[in-house]
Amino acid sequence: MQTINYTIKDSEGIHARPAGVLVKVAKEFEASIKMRKDDKDADCKKIFAVMGLCVKCGETIQIVVDGKDENEAAQAVLKCLEENL
Amino acid sequence: MRIFKGTAVFSGIAIGTVSLYKKNESKVKRIHGEDAETEKERFTWAVEQACEQLGKLYDKALTEVGEASAAIFEAHQMMIEDDDYIESVEHIIESQKVNAEYAVACTSDNYASMFQAMDDEYMRGRAADVKDVSNRIINILKGEGMQVVEGDNSLIVVADDLAPSETVQMDKSKVISFVTRYGSSNSHTAILARTMNIPALIKVEFPEDIHGKTAIVDGYEGALIVEPDEEALEKYTKKRDEYMRRRKLLQELKGKENVTRDGRKIELYANIGGVSDAISALQNDAGGIGLFRSEFLYLGSDSYPTEDEQFGAYKSVAEAMAGKKVIIRTLDIGADKQADYFGLEREENPAMGFRAIRICLKRPEVFKTQLRAILRASMYGNISIMFPMIISVAEVRTIKAILAQVKDELKKDGIPYKDIEIGVMIETPAAALISDELAKEVDFFSIGTNDLTQYTLAIDRQNEQLAHIYDTHHPAVLRMIEMVVNNGHAHNCWVGICGELASDIELTKRFIDMGVDELSVSPAFILELREKIREL
Repeated sequence: MQTINYTIKDSEGIHARPAGVLVKVAKEFEASIKMRKDDKDADCKKIFAVMGLCVKCGETIQIVVDGKDENEAAQAVLKCLEENL
Repeated sequence: MRIFKGTAVFSGIAIGTVSLYKKNESKVKRIHGEDAETEKERFTWAVEQACEQLGKLYDKALTEVGEASAAIFEAHQMMIEDDDYIESVEHIIESQKVNAEYAVACTSDNYASMFQAMDDEYMRGRAADVKDVSNRIINILKGEGMQVVEGDNSLIVVADDLAPSETVQMDKSKVISFVTRYGSSNSHTAILARTMNIPALIKVEFPEDIHGKTAIVDGYEGALIVEPDEEALEKYTKKRDEYMRRRKLLQELKGKENVTRDGRKIELYANIGGVSDAISALQNDAGGIGLFRSEFLYLGSDSYPTEDEQFGAYKSVAEAMAGKKVIIRTLDIGADKQADYFGLEREENPAMGFRAIRICLKRPEVFKTQLRAILRASMYGNISIMFPMIISVAEVRTIKAILAQVKDELKKDGIPYKDIEIGVMIETPAAALISDELAKEVDFFSIGTNDLTQYTLAIDRQNEQLAHIYDTHHPAVLRMIEMVVNNGHAHNCWVGICGELASDIELTKRFIDMGVDELSVSPAFILELREKIREL
C-alpha cells in the first residue's frame, strides 16, 4: 500500500477539468486508488466521487493506492496532482 | 430605440442583428410503465452518442480555443461514463419503471443539488456541468438537437447564459458579440469573448421581443441599443470603424515582443485603477500590471473598505491576469485625493503633506488591513506590492517589519500566502538620491515621474501660470531617472517607470538606452509604444 499526502494549490480546488484528468490517469491502473479528505473516501476512478469530496484550495488530501501496480500508480497520480492541482 | 444597460466584460463596438439563443428547456415528462430493459438500452445508446459528440466537441475546441478550454469536454465525457451516474440512472429506470429521459433528469437533479448545497461558490458552479451533460443525453433521447442560432452574418448572440457546449457549436465567424442576462466577468462567455476579441456584456435585462432586430453593443459603456435611430447608428458606425482600426493594429502587434531592432527588450505593463481595467490591459496585450492603484477602494466608499472587499478586488485582478505580474500600490490618498472618513486636516501644502505611506505608518491598523488582503490574494496569481512616497531607508524598514508582523498573524490563523516581491516608488528627489541605499532593501523600483518632476522642479503641476516652465524633459529629472536605474541594477533591483513620462514616445529610446526594465502605461498606449520600440 502506498500513501501520498498532497495540498491542493489550484485556486478553484478540485473542479471538473482537473478531476477529469486525474480520473483518466487513475483508470489506467489496476490498483485501487482512493482519495481521502477528513474521514470521507472517494474512488479516484469515478469523477463524481472525486468532485463530491469538495476539496478546496489549501486543503490536504490523502491518496491511498493499493494493488499490484501500486508503485507505478502512485507515481503517476502524484505527477498528475503536481501538474494539475 | 431602446437601451438596456449591463456590465461590459470586454470592450469594443458591435453592430448587427440580435439572435436570441433559447435553451431547449421543454420539460421532461415522466412516463410510467415503460419496459425497463428497452429504456436501459436507449440510455446506453444515448450515452454512446453523447460521448461521440463530446469527443467531436473536444477536437473542435482544441483547434479553436486551446487545450485548457477543451479539457472540460473530456471531463464531461467522464461524468457520463461514471459508474455511479450510470448506476443511478439504471436504478431509477428499474425501480420506478420510468422512461430514460426522466431517470436522467432525476439523477442530474440529485447530483446538481449535491453540489448546490455546498457553501462554496465554485462548488455551486459545478452543478452547471452536471446539468449540461445530462441535458445532452436527454436531448439525444428526445431526438432533439440544441437550438441553432439563425440569422445573417453579424450576430449579436443574446442569451440567459451560455454553456461551453453551446458556444462551441456556434459558427463563430458569424458571432460579433455576446450579451447575457446572468454570468460574471470570469464566466465562460466572458472568457470566450476575450479570446475571440469581441465585445460582451453581462447582467443585461432584455425582453424576448428583440430577436431579429438590429442592435448595437457598446462594450465601453455597457449598453445594448436595440433598433437605434439614425443618429445613434451613424455615431456608433464611426466608433466601430475606429475600434476595428485599433483592433487591426492590435492583432498585428499582439503576441509580438517589445524588442528593438538591435535586440534590446523592455517590458510593457499597464497602469490600472480598478478591477474592470484588467480586461483592457489584457486586450491591449499588457505583459502585466505595473501599477494597480488601490485608491478606488477607498475613494469609492463612505468608510474604510474591509479586508474581504479588498481581497476580492485584488484576487479578481490577479486571476484575470493569469500568472502575469500584478503590482499593487498601497494606499496613496491625501493631496488631491481625499476621502471624508479619513478625517484628514486641511493643510497649507498638501502635496508635501500627510499623504500615502505617511498616513499608513501613522495608522498601522488601516495599513495592516490592506497588507493582509494583498497577501491573501497573492495565492491567486503573481502579485507584488509597492509603497508610495518613500523618502528614507528607515521607512522601508518599518514597512518591512509591519509586513512581517502581518505574515506572522496569517501564519497563526492558518491562512496561506506567498512571499511576494516588494518595491518602492521613486517619486521624491530624496528617494532618487538615496536609491543606492534603498536598492539593498527591496526587489524593484518604480519611478513615479509625475511627482518626481514636480518635486524636483518645485513646480505644482496643476499651476497653470507655471505650465510654460514645467518641462517634463528637464535634464534634472532625466539624470535622476538614469541614476536610479544604475543604482537599482548595481544591487539586483529591477527598475520600471510608471508615471506619465513612461508613455512619452519621444523618450522611449532614452529609457531603453538607460536600461530601464519596464514601462507601465495606460492600456491604450501599450501597442503604440510597442510599435515605437520595434522601430528603434
